[in-house]
Amino acid sequence: MSTRRQSALILLSLAAACFALATTLQPRATAWSSRGDSASILKVLLGDGRRLFADYFFEKADVYFHSGYYPSIFDRNQAPKDTRHMTAEEDSPAEKEHEEKMNFLATPRDWLERFGRHFLITEHTHLSGGNEREILPWLRLSAELDPQRIDTYTVAAYSPRDMGKVSEAEQFLREGLRANPGSYEILFELGRLYQQNYHDARRARNVWELALRRWQEQQPGKKEPDLLALTDIAVNLARLEESAGNLERAIVYLELARQHSLQPGPLQQQIEELKRKAGRK
Amino acid sequence: MNTVIALSQVVIKELYRRKDFYVLFVLTAVITLALASANLFNDTKIVRYLKEVVLLLIWISALVIAITTTARQIPAERENRTIFPLLAKPVTRGQVILGKFLGCWLACGIALVIFYLFFGLVSGSRERSWDVLGYVQGLWLQWVMLGIVISLVLLGSVTFTAPSSNATITFIVVVGILLLGRHLNQAALQQVEPLRTLIYTIYFLIPHLEWYDVRDFLIYDHRLVGWANCALATLYAALYAALLLFATWVVFRRKALNL
Repeated sequence: MSTRRQSALILLSLAAACFALATTLQPRATAWSSRGDSASILKVLLGDGRRLFADYFFEKADVYFHSGYYPSIFDRNQAPKDTRHMTAEEDSPAEKEHEEKMNFLATPRDWLERFGRHFLITEHTHLSGGNEREILPWLRLSAELDPQRIDTYTVAAYSPRDMGKVSEAEQFLREGLRANPGSYEILFELGRLYQQNYHDARRARNVWELALRRWQEQQPGKKEPDLLALTDIAVNLARLEESAGNLERAIVYLELARQHSLQPGPLQQQIEELKRKAGRK
Repeated sequence: MNTVIALSQVVIKELYRRKDFYVLFVLTAVITLALASANLFNDTKIVRYLKEVVLLLIWISALVIAITTTARQIPAERENRTIFPLLAKPVTRGQVILGKFLGCWLACGIALVIFYLFFGLVSGSRERSWDVLGYVQGLWLQWVMLGIVISLVLLGSVTFTAPSSNATITFIVVVGILLLGRHLNQAALQQVEPLRTLIYTIYFLIPHLEWYDVRDFLIYDHRLVGWANCALATLYAALYAALLLFATWVVFRRKALNL
């Protein structure tokens, strides 16, 4: 046998041995690391510090949403505290309140600042007309870094849903649900997607009912329970039952919403209207 | 003037002989292409994150090129003793400084043109539109800003002993101004005297490099900065560059050239 053939055979057998060893060791190595396949490079590199970066990228998405008009670290107390404005409808109360809060640019203190304003974005605008998609890369990154941050999923799912990319939005919400199985916020968003985009009332009802159960398991004992979410879930369930003809159930849900709503008046009116309808039947 | 131009040509030749620019450009291109290949919700129209990353890399690369190229000019001439035959031509010390400044500034301009062409290609290929005026304005303001930085480094190269310390200090100062310059007056008002006056004085003395950073206008597709304001900002930069070059000349004309 020639030396060249001998070398080739040795190389081949070594490669085969390596491959066999790799197939044996890979499952064990996964178990040793206890991180499983889901551990991304970022998680391994940054550890728990990744949450800080996740917050930064989430804020970056908000900066994009405002097209660069955003308070600096020196105007931090005027930065938006919640994410409602990112999914709020135009002219809604949340939107108006946000508009007032974002008026953070004071009168220029000197001529340098006055001139410098020409090189700054000074108009408060929100992304619209499909441009909302521009916030998605940062939200995706934020979710990668901190899968337990629920806002990321609910905000990120809004834009693709709006642009007709429903399956992508559903996939992202399901990703969020896998990372946060008890999240009533993600379940509520998922229900909205089934109801508004797929027009699948049965799945929407199942998901919203589960969201309500999760809320009732987690929130009542809290000092400041998330009443806004409860009202949203209950009102949406009521609408669903009303359109299905289950007026009694719709009234039960509206009663629940009324008990916890900050503006119970309109809900009371709706309850009375439904009661009249039910009486006529 | 011919002497100054001849000196500047040597600096430009140095830029394309050295590997700094090529490495930075390839790095920018590779990072950009890797990011562009990411699949985000199956949406190929998402472009702003890419524009932001490319512009950030362009800013970092341009600063690195400007500072490192300028910082070694005069020390290298002194170390290699080529400054003596140069001054014996006869070339005055003022011409040496002006030649070095012009060379570094033009070299940065050439690098910026290539970088912005790449940026235009990347953003245009995704957006299907070319905001040529926006690119030109962004490039011009950045180039003008680099003029101040180069003058500052030249002053550093006749003040500090080593190019490395000069480059490091200038880099910190420039990044500091870019990040905090705009807020110094606000920070000053929150302090008690005499710190308030001191910080306010610094605020008025430093060149406001942050004005020239109009990346946000390009990223968020905002309307352009007014051309009159651009012209005023250019004048402001020219005054600072002239002041710094004059200070460099004052220090350099009395400096012993032997190491």
